[in-house]
Amino acid sequence: MHEPLRPGAPARHDGGRPFAHTSFGRRKVRQEAAARAVFLAMTLLMVAPLVAIVSHLVIEAWPALSLEFLLDIPRERMTTGGIWPAFVGTIYLVVISLAVAAPIGVLAAVYLNEYAKDSWFNRVISLAVINLAGVPSIVHALFGLGAFVYAARFGFSVAAASLTLAIMTLPVIIASTREALSAVPMSFREACWNVGATRWQTIRGVVLPNSTSGILTGIILQVSRAAGETAPIMFTGAVLYKAVERGTLLPYYLDDQCMALSMHLYVLTTQVPNVAPAIPYATAVVLLGSVLLVNGSAIGLRIWLRNRKRW
Amino acid sequence: MTPPGTTRSGARPGRPFVSLAAERAMEAAIRLSGISAIVFVLAIFFFIFREAAPVLFSDEFKPLEFLFSVQWYPTSVVDIRYGTLALTAGTVGVTLVAMLLAVPFGLGAAIFVSEFCGRRLRETLKIVIEILAAIPSVVWGFVALTVISRLMVSYTSAPVGVNMLNGGIVLALMSVPIIVSIGEDALKAVPDSYREAALAMGATRWQLVVRVLLPAARNGLLAAVLLGVGRAVGETMAVLMATGHAVQIPHGLLDSVRTLTANIAAELGEAPAGSAHYRVLFLTGIQLFILTFVVNLAADLAIRGVRRK
Amino acid sequence: MTRWPGPPTVRVLLLASLFAAVAAGASCRPKTGGTAIQNKGSDTMVNVAQAWAEAYRLVAPDVNVEVSGGGSGTGIAALTAGTVHIANASRDVKPEEAEQVRRNTGLSPVDHKVGYDALAVYVHPNNPLEAITFETLSGIYREDGPLVRWQQLGFSVPGCRSDEIVRVSRQSSSGTYDFFRERVLNKRDFKLGSRDLNGSKEVVELVGTTPCAIGYSGMGYATAHVKMLKVARRAGEPAYPPTVEATWARAYPIARSLHMYTLGEPAGPVKAYLDWVLSPDGQRILQESGYVPVPPSGEARR
Repeated sequence: MHEPLRPGAPARHDGGRPFAHTSFGRRKVRQEAAARAVFLAMTLLMVAPLVAIVSHLVIEAWPALSLEFLLDIPRERMTTGGIWPAFVGTIYLVVISLAVAAPIGVLAAVYLNEYAKDSWFNRVISLAVINLAGVPSIVHALFGLGAFVYAARFGFSVAAASLTLAIMTLPVIIASTREALSAVPMSFREACWNVGATRWQTIRGVVLPNSTSGILTGIILQVSRAAGETAPIMFTGAVLYKAVERGTLLPYYLDDQCMALSMHLYVLTTQVPNVAPAIPYATAVVLLGSVLLVNGSAIGLRIWLRNRKRW
Repeated sequence: MTPPGTTRSGARPGRPFVSLAAERAMEAAIRLSGISAIVFVLAIFFFIFREAAPVLFSDEFKPLEFLFSVQWYPTSVVDIRYGTLALTAGTVGVTLVAMLLAVPFGLGAAIFVSEFCGRRLRETLKIVIEILAAIPSVVWGFVALTVISRLMVSYTSAPVGVNMLNGGIVLALMSVPIIVSIGEDALKAVPDSYREAALAMGATRWQLVVRVLLPAARNGLLAAVLLGVGRAVGETMAVLMATGHAVQIPHGLLDSVRTLTANIAAELGEAPAGSAHYRVLFLTGIQLFILTFVVNLAADLAIRGVRRK
Repeated sequence: MTRWPGPPTVRVLLLASLFAAVAAGASCRPKTGGTAIQNKGSDTMVNVAQAWAEAYRLVAPDVNVEVSGGGSGTGIAALTAGTVHIANASRDVKPEEAEQVRRNTGLSPVDHKVGYDALAVYVHPNNPLEAITFETLSGIYREDGPLVRWQQLGFSVPGCRSDEIVRVSRQSSSGTYDFFRERVLNKRDFKLGSRDLNGSKEVVELVGTTPCAIGYSGMGYATAHVKMLKVARRAGEPAYPPTVEATWARAYPIARSLHMYTLGEPAGPVKAYLDWVLSPDGQRILQESGYVPVPPSGEARR
């Protein structure tokens, strides 16, 4: 109650409330406390469902969670067994889609931040990035179906699904890379130019290395998006079932269809009867857990790289 | 941002040819990538339009019926009707419910994180928000079908657990992280001098927030809400599993509805490629695309308003 | 002065792209032996199709059957586009669909009847109904059907506070939906406002947790939490439950055949697979999944 009025301001001898001894002051103090309580309540009301849901998922999933569950293949009409083909499939899709989206996204952000003049054309490009970010996932699925499955003749395949996911994650990679690039102070660039470096030499030698943490974090955070989307892959390359040997590391080819965790969860919930109740929960927990693990390591990477920054 | 004294090609006396060629190749790649975003957006619109065009320009197409009729019978054997009003109403209804829940709580949380809490609590809350944001949409749909649906049947008079309220709750939980993080950025962008001036005049923090900060951060907060709306409108899997998928205009919170996104997802697989049904589904895709385009444009203008300040 | 390939960031990006290229190249290596059979289509059949694929792996380890759902229309659409070997359908192929297949691929779809499915009518265990007629079902589900409350049928369902008949159905391009509309509704359209769910299992799950609900789905999706009704064509006729015997005897009125369509006559691994599906082993799996196998004497009904 005696914290300073503005977080970060130095504490005062009267607790930051010089009028707290008058009735007017006391009423203000009460108003303060009430305001804080209201906003705290609103925040908690938002946090509580999350905590409740995650704990419910983990509790229900507990009987089925084990390393065996991860490595084993679905058995007995997918009512028992594990999720290995789906887990590997998701990794395939995420790695390939990010391998395609990351270079294009980083270079596009370099263009927008370093090369583009503030003309109408470049404003249109910025608008296009924002719009691409807001396209509904089902529209991405429609596009993937029309462009990659049919027009480019990839058919229903890992290739088509990954490319669809790549286009989906591209705009956010562009936006986060742009932010990372613009955080590098202009003085760095000016210093390079003053010693005679060209634009690309500056970017390659100074700007990019100093924004690595932001760029990498942005890319890694898209893993959760790529791993979690169902609609784009449902129509372009994910299947309900594909026989895979237990624990195989590279079971799919680019022109194969694949299973995926998100699709598997959807299928288990809506199509497969008589599934052991813990299995869909366990699938959800594995998906959520992997995504949180990757996000956590991205944040850790960001903190570690930020500590290595010299400015 | 041009280095002084360079020729356009970056040529310099004494520079090896290979390095010059490599640099030019790299810059070409960069420019190409730069226009990639625009290429993809146009490509998406082009492909969807291409699939929908034969129906859009055919003589039998009645745009008024398409937009304003409730009757959606694409596979009828007696009377095929393509009316999307109920679907649009479903999208709007679910989004409205979601925003009614998400905006107050999201903005409240943004205000709390930005103005009222200490460093440690703020870091914790930020982690919680990031976790909320990372939950995949199919997991939300799963939660809606199993957890929320059962709670709804037990505690309300809903005939069925999957309805507009269920979808609204799930969408609210999905949009809140966006509203909180962008809203918090908007509040942080308000200069400290505003706060100091208000405190110097004896304002409580409540008055500071309501009378000074909210109006000052108005544009950024509007952008946050609009981006949340965009997220809600575009969501597919979670609403597919949560709303009950019924073609009707909702009369109450507890009615089942169907959204445009879920409709496409449910029926696209079955529609034979090239058939009228398939093309009409792409047409609803255009509807969606336009809807989200408008919302995103509005958000962009709002953000631009912030930057201009 | 020029350090090529460049500072760490670019090196990392280049390495990543290189790795992806190598992986992709490796992925494109021609498959050493082993064939893949693409099997797509009916959501009703997707479980037994998956069970068959799982079991066939032990019979022929180098044949990999890939199963996906999406509905009968998806399978036939994929057949038209030539992207599947076997299309599963819980309804007959329509003449215009067959025509489109012929036009696109030059071949006709060949029908292989692999079993039968009795379409069961499910209600919540609280519901006092035991049998139902086509007329009642039509009155509930038909576009201008008058039945919207359980009271109109003369009773109320314990636990159903609003007394609304919650109709649970399938999405409009499902073969199940199509079959129900043709057989029970006489091709009339469904009433708007039914909960049109995407999966056969979802229907049963929703009915099992909603006292007010009534729904239809394949009999193979029954669980212990729902009740299956006996169905009669007309009031006064005996009502039959959805069982194997009733289907073979052509007594249960809403039964349909399950089809697997191929492009032209099947050959090689596809033919071997279809033969196995129709063998006693395959049919046993079909029955274990809750469907009606082809009767030993041949066809029971078309």
